[in-house]
Amino acid sequence: MIVGEQKPFEQIVKLIERYRRVLVAGCGTCVSVCFAGGEKEAGILASMLRLEAQKNGRPLEVLEQTVKRQCDMEFLEEMTTKVGQVDAVLSIACGCGIQFMAERFQDKIILPGLNTKFIGVTLEQGEWAERCAMCGDCILDRTGGVCPVARCAKRLHNGPCGGSSGGKCEVGKDRDCGWALIVQRLQKLGELERYAEIIPPRNWTTSRDGGQRKVVREDLKEQGRIEPR
Amino acid sequence: MTEAAAAKKAPKPAAEKTPPPPVVGPVSGLEKLIQSGGFAVTAELGPPKGLDLEAIHKKVGILKGWVDAANVTDNQTAVVRVSSIATAAIMVQQGLEPVMQMVARDRNRIAIQSDMLGATALGIRNVLCLSGDHQTFGSEPGAANVYDVDSIQMLGILKGMRDDAKFAGGTDVEGGRPPLFLGAAWSPDADPAEVRTLRLAKKVRAGAQFVQTQCIFDLAQFKLEMKKAGDMGLLDKLAVLPGIIPLKSAGMAKFMRKNVAGISIPEDVVKRMEGNKDGKEEGTKIAVETIQAVREIPGVRGVHIMAIEWESKVADIVSRAGLKKGPGA
Ligand code: SF4
Ligand code: SF4
Repeated sequence: MIVGEQKPFEQIVKLIERYRRVLVAGCGTCVSVCFAGGEKEAGILASMLRLEAQKNGRPLEVLEQTVKRQCDMEFLEEMTTKVGQVDAVLSIACGCGIQFMAERFQDKIILPGLNTKFIGVTLEQGEWAERCAMCGDCILDRTGGVCPVARCAKRLHNGPCGGSSGGKCEVGKDRDCGWALIVQRLQKLGELERYAEIIPPRNWTTSRDGGQRKVVREDLKEQGRIEPR
Repeated sequence: MTEAAAAKKAPKPAAEKTPPPPVVGPVSGLEKLIQSGGFAVTAELGPPKGLDLEAIHKKVGILKGWVDAANVTDNQTAVVRVSSIATAAIMVQQGLEPVMQMVARDRNRIAIQSDMLGATALGIRNVLCLSGDHQTFGSEPGAANVYDVDSIQMLGILKGMRDDAKFAGGTDVEGGRPPLFLGAAWSPDADPAEVRTLRLAKKVRAGAQFVQTQCIFDLAQFKLEMKKAGDMGLLDKLAVLPGIIPLKSAGMAKFMRKNVAGISIPEDVVKRMEGNKDGKEEGTKIAVETIQAVREIPGVRGVHIMAIEWESKVADIVSRAGLKKGPGA
């Protein structure tokens, strides 16, 4: 999932201070699962903003609405009425949701209430970690199912570097060395000989380096508009 | 279509281009010495953090005659300094052979290849490919890192330019190939232990002709890894220059053991340091003894003395180890 974290409250207050009526827009998918931008968080944030404004004698009306996904036009449609009633929308979806909101409501101020962090997994309650850097050409088959792009601080493809120590990364003892994990796993699989293969320089055009990316599926396009799942 | 894109689309001219003549080694003093069976001595020269060229001249003066070549660090510990290319070029002018370090942190493959052509044009021949310390440790922690390629891929690219007259993208190196003596780093004590020699093997296959190691204190461990490397057939074509760091105090030994990855310092070394009030003298003695011991290990073709900000120590160690008699000798 996409993991996000709400911006610090003081920053959010600053973001909206010029507006009288604000819609806090939540998203019910990824950022909801990581407790950052779902319905519950939208509700709490809206209440906190109201309280803060009241305390400081500032006129502020806060609406709230959460849709299933802000990265689908169909769901954004459901927000039309409330968006029409405010000066600005504070979206706590991921960066995609926020932008799609701005694309849908061209004449509305759209503000980011959330920092989009990475795509990752839930390690335990309250802890998430990055797993994929979206390089666009997955090589997990070569690295024992552990991603060197996302999990090595230097995205080394023939690691580890000399900084790997006791299974931890030189960048911080709180992070595993991706290459220590790769070696460990290859060993478990009895595939350490795969380590000996040199992974050649990557073609990064499939990554962000190739310019803005797009996936086109003609087969689906031919079927016409499909209902979002 | 831009002009450049149009030019790319145009059919190639029919005339066959003759590739530039192959590079026939040795290309540097260091390579020549190693090829002829000599025992190489290298040291380190850290460029200054500003235009204090006098500092470079001074270090060159201190090292000249005592070492066969000196590594020029490339913004080591990710702190901004005079570039390794410029410093190495100054050394060439002043008659101290450089081993130019190049890290993968700050350059993509375009810059790596272009810089290497530039460096060889300036008379630089030895290059050491490294991944580089992560930028969050240095003076620009907010910088983006590049890591388009890693040190092993970098070796492969440079080897391709030299041996095949091809750039990484497949186009031809025209006119002349870069005459390079390719090196890498090796940490025989590093984690994870399972791949210490396997990774060395990858470096050799990628193109490394020499490696300088992380500093060696644990001789038994080093012998073991060298034996493994030998058994894998890596030492036939590879010169290993173990790293030597003169300790200054027991505190320094303990600090390094605890905080520097890939360094193993046995307890008896720490005890020796604790046992002598003159830590610097004991550290020098250990360095000299270590050099004499590693000399006996098959595959060791020299030593790399890292006296960080203590360049003046190098001459003393080299002379006490009986390696060289100094300038003019
Ligand atoms: S190799 Fe690429 S696609 Fe696969 S997990 Fe890593 S970053 Fe993601
Ligand atoms: S310590 Fe491991 S994860 Fe960290 S940069 Fe080095 S190889 Fe990559």
